[in-house]
Amino acid sequence: MMRFLLLFSRQGRLRLQKWFTPMMDREKKKIIRDMTTMVLSRQPRTCNFMQWKDLKIIYKRYASLYFCLAIESQENELLALEVIHRYVELLDKYFGNVCELDIIFNFEKAYFILDEFLMGGEIQETSKQIVNRSIDASDMLQETLEEYMSKPAF
Amino acid sequence: MSDVVEKTLTALPSLLLSVDSQPGSAKLSTSSKLGSLIRNITELTSKHEEEKLIQRELSSIKDQVSSPNTTMRQMKELMVRAIYCEMLGYDSSFTYIHAIKLAQQGSVLEKRVGYLAVSLFLNEHHELLLLLVNTVLKDLQSTNLIEVCMALTVVSQIFPKDMIPAILPLVEEKLNHPKEIIRRKAVLALYKFHLIAPNQVQHIHNKFRKALCDKDPGVMGASLHIYLHLIQENPEGYKDLTTSFVTILKQVVGGKLPMDFNYHSVPAPWIQIQLLQILSLLGKNDPGTSEIMHEILEESLRRAEMNHNITYAILYECVKCIYTIHPKSDLLEKAAKCIGNFVLSSKINLKYLGLKALTYVVQQDPKLALQHQMTIIECLEHPDLIIKRETLEILFRITNAQNVTVIVEKMLTFLSTSEDDHTTIDLVGKVAELAKKYAPDNEWFIQTMNAVFSLGGETMQPDITNSFLKLLSEGFDSVEEDRKLKVFAVNSYVSLLEGEPEKLPQRFLQVISWVLGEFSHLQQDVGAETVVCLLDKLLHMKNSTSETKTWVLMAMTKVCEGAACAPLVQSVCETYSSSLDTVLRQRAQELQHLSRDPALRARVLPPVCTREPLEVDSSLSFLDEFVSEALAAGAAPYKPSHQRQEELAQTKAVSYEPYQLTLPISTTAHTHTPSLLSISSSLSEGSADLSHKGGSSSLKLEGVKRVWGRGGYEAAQVETPSPPQEGGDPSISHTPPLTSEDTESKQQEQQLASSMFLGLDHSSVTLMGKGDSTPSWLKRKERGQTPLNDAQTFTDPQELTDPSPLHVVSPQFPQSPVIANGTSDTEAALALACLDTNRSSTNQLEDRGLSLYLPAELSGLICSEISVLCSSESLELSACHVHKLRSLEMIVFISNSSDNAVQQIQVQLHSEQLEVSCASESQMEEVKGHSVVVRQYSLRVRKPSVHVELIGTLFHPETPQNVQFTYRLPLSSFIRPLTLSTEEYGTMWLSFSNDTKQNLTLVHSENEGPLRATLNVLTEDLHLHVVEIIGMEAIVACRLLQDQPCLMHCRVHGDALAVWLRSPVPELPDCLIYHCQRALQGH
Repeated sequence: MMRFLLLFSRQGRLRLQKWFTPMMDREKKKIIRDMTTMVLSRQPRTCNFMQWKDLKIIYKRYASLYFCLAIESQENELLALEVIHRYVELLDKYFGNVCELDIIFNFEKAYFILDEFLMGGEIQETSKQIVNRSIDASDMLQETLEEYMSKPAF
Repeated sequence: MSDVVEKTLTALPSLLLSVDSQPGSAKLSTSSKLGSLIRNITELTSKHEEEKLIQRELSSIKDQVSSPNTTMRQMKELMVRAIYCEMLGYDSSFTYIHAIKLAQQGSVLEKRVGYLAVSLFLNEHHELLLLLVNTVLKDLQSTNLIEVCMALTVVSQIFPKDMIPAILPLVEEKLNHPKEIIRRKAVLALYKFHLIAPNQVQHIHNKFRKALCDKDPGVMGASLHIYLHLIQENPEGYKDLTTSFVTILKQVVGGKLPMDFNYHSVPAPWIQIQLLQILSLLGKNDPGTSEIMHEILEESLRRAEMNHNITYAILYECVKCIYTIHPKSDLLEKAAKCIGNFVLSSKINLKYLGLKALTYVVQQDPKLALQHQMTIIECLEHPDLIIKRETLEILFRITNAQNVTVIVEKMLTFLSTSEDDHTTIDLVGKVAELAKKYAPDNEWFIQTMNAVFSLGGETMQPDITNSFLKLLSEGFDSVEEDRKLKVFAVNSYVSLLEGEPEKLPQRFLQVISWVLGEFSHLQQDVGAETVVCLLDKLLHMKNSTSETKTWVLMAMTKVCEGAACAPLVQSVCETYSSSLDTVLRQRAQELQHLSRDPALRARVLPPVCTREPLEVDSSLSFLDEFVSEALAAGAAPYKPSHQRQEELAQTKAVSYEPYQLTLPISTTAHTHTPSLLSISSSLSEGSADLSHKGGSSSLKLEGVKRVWGRGGYEAAQVETPSPPQEGGDPSISHTPPLTSEDTESKQQEQQLASSMFLGLDHSSVTLMGKGDSTPSWLKRKERGQTPLNDAQTFTDPQELTDPSPLHVVSPQFPQSPVIANGTSDTEAALALACLDTNRSSTNQLEDRGLSLYLPAELSGLICSEISVLCSSESLELSACHVHKLRSLEMIVFISNSSDNAVQQIQVQLHSEQLEVSCASESQMEEVKGHSVVVRQYSLRVRKPSVHVELIGTLFHPETPQNVQFTYRLPLSSFIRPLTLSTEEYGTMWLSFSNDTKQNLTLVHSENEGPLRATLNVLTEDLHLHVVEIIGMEAIVACRLLQDQPCLMHCRVHGDALAVWLRSPVPELPDCLIYHCQRALQGH
């Protein structure tokens, strides 16, 4: 099971946080601090896996953004790396050539995509098409509502 | 339908309102508000400015959310801003309630943001969550799919345990929903419930099976999460599903799933890996089940050949699975090759995983480490600390007495550069463990431990110091060696204190003070006043904590002797007798009094050599008088803790969960696991410990070492340490063309390798008679292994002043491992008590001669007759069972009457009613001519029945057919007395549901009443425990191994004994009645 997913910038600014198990705020803050320092201090061309307490930390950098995923010890590191990759692919497909700014300004969208992709710390849907279809379906709703609203009063 | 209408009605006014107030432009202005906030923040330069800006933002949000005119639409936008502020670490708790309101009242889109905010803001224990239940209930019943999806998502995110029952029926219902996305989410939500409250979803296990067979592969995949978890807890219960899982995996690997499930053209890798994990759990230690999966594992290995990360992920999981299940040689060979590919890969992630896999495998198959020794050496110097760390982990697993110095040195070097606390704690513990186990000599041991203490600092596990001090205080059997060790320790500490004690961690200083206090008198060259002076220096150090000072004062009390120390001691006393710390003050007072009165001091702190072992009365009988007085004065009687807890649980508010039964035996049972039997006790020290650790990790590989045979192959590896490129692809070979400099460094590496991998092949010798000749230094480890109770020793230095209680524990039976190994005295007592009744059978044993081969630890215990199971040509198989207090051991004797040795004999036992576990690792045995090999199995009842039967098979290469045999034993062999009080009996009686009543015939005797006489017969034959006899009634208790209790209530009724049995196990009362009848018939 995944425990948490953090997205942060090269400067250590948090962009997105998802906790799959209940945790106290203080713990969360400590983990965020630990993760950013640990991941940011890694040299280039080192491996993407780390051990932190009893968890495995899998991180990957995409442009200016770091994705950092914690999994339990019996889980497969490479697969976790692919989870991150698939999430990036999903973001990319949704935003079209995604960049950090997309995630900063539309972070709630990034959360919605994540919720379609993972649920309760496990993979829920691996298909790019299906995730996007369900996100689009909800977005569509928005558009139709707005269209509906902007029509002249009846 | 009415819901929808209602919802629309509530939503409409707000929607219309928002249109009225800001037609059209609403979206633009709001999004720019968040945008401008973000932009403003990025422009700021200082943390202080940011704080000011956010505070301003938050107060404006606060005004707006509480205003009644704010529409849901604006609320949604405000919420997004609040989430952003919260993410930056600012408190916006005032919006929490509005988030819930938004989820409750908003239209679909606003609801979505509301739910998101709730799941981000609130944690499981937040009281506001109660307000969410109704919203979730409503949405779960909604006809709008999106709303249902959102509700299920939020439920799996934050729902607390006690609120699950409210929504469980609705979620359960969703398992039959026509849309697969809903079914999938429902399964995942139930999985989450299963994790937090397994009891509440117990009744839906059948529905999980339905989900597993769902026509949508996504739902099936979701159900695998649940199964993985269930199987982890109880692999036995799901063996019947093995074929289904294998079939599913076959379909997945064969590409039978829709294209949607492909990931970079690999079919459903997530499902594949989940299935592989499940299979490895199912096949572990189970040859039959493993057999089923061999084919598909091979296919998975073959199919996953593409060069992509995801295929490597599958390969890695495959390899792990192959090494976890019952081994098959050609699969193992392929898996080993695969590991080779990982280790030799130029991609660093794969290398890391290769090292991980090696760590996983080396305990069972050290030869694999030999194959990759040069890579391991390279990785040891790798610039990436993570890789280095993982390499040390491998080395730790292959350490033995011969390579310990090199490996520990490497670890200490790493430690001195490591900055991560977690790694340090872990590694320090490992070094201490290795030092204790394999230290070649005193000097090395003390020096290594010094390094451990200085590097470990304050973060170190307290048991490291405890076991070190215990080791020192117990010392060796040989007086001379013992003295040498202590003197060496004293010398080394004196020189450390003369150096720079400021740099040493507090823990280390405490250890030093204790050692100096206890043993400095052994070193004649160092006078008492020098030691006191050095200790005094510690008191004056600025960073000494008061705990350390306490230790120092204790040490001074022990050391101060003669007039030379008097003035210094006096000044110390004066300083600390007015200390604010009460403990310090106490110690100072002690020091003062004892230093003045040598006679008193000699009595209180006698020199170690003259100390009498202290007698400890663990039953605390000296308190009896006190207790009875207190009882007479009206005090409540003492209740054991488990009983108190039970009562406490009962008095609490209504709980829907079944109570967990805590029995007195279960609390201690695990501390007395059956000790290793005698054949394996002759193992080399190294392999015994390795196999020990193997038991604790999830991996168990039996017979793996056979793949390469035991011949010269690996021996040759040691002598010529060039890496065999067996699995390596030559294109990614790591040996570049060598320059002269390179060759030199290469030579160094090879030298290192040969010292590091020394003795590895020895540790794989697991059969009898070939034990390593362990240096005498290690012999004492046996005693040092039980760690000290830290509460008892470390927190209070006073306790440590007299280590003699520890000596008392080992009684004077050096020959009898039953006691020496710490097996409980009660077990011996049981054996002795029952010896009389079974003397006849033991005599018979002697006649057969085989009993001589009984493991020594079992001698004196009740033993059945040895019966012949089967014979084939020159081999004869006999068996008997031995009653231990906590287990039933079955002993199988394989005797060979011919002149030639018979090799590769394999005995397999299985039974539907029993769980059979073998104490020795290897499956194969070699029986020399005219000799007997003994194998020991522990039996546990899985399903009680009157008689239990074991079916066994004897494989041996000489005969074409395998020989089958059966061994039958009555259930009564598994019955042990259960000691409890009448009160405990009462509470237990009420909690058990399965009962049987029956009338038994009474036994009449001249000396005693019929009830007594009958009970005597029963207790003798069935090992029951009579709890109490009250007039014509008696209550009796026993347990079925391990700890399934059965209670019995007897009452004399005319000419018969009315017996009423109760137990939590359905079959147990009936079986026991049968045995009672049998026992009484005999009289």
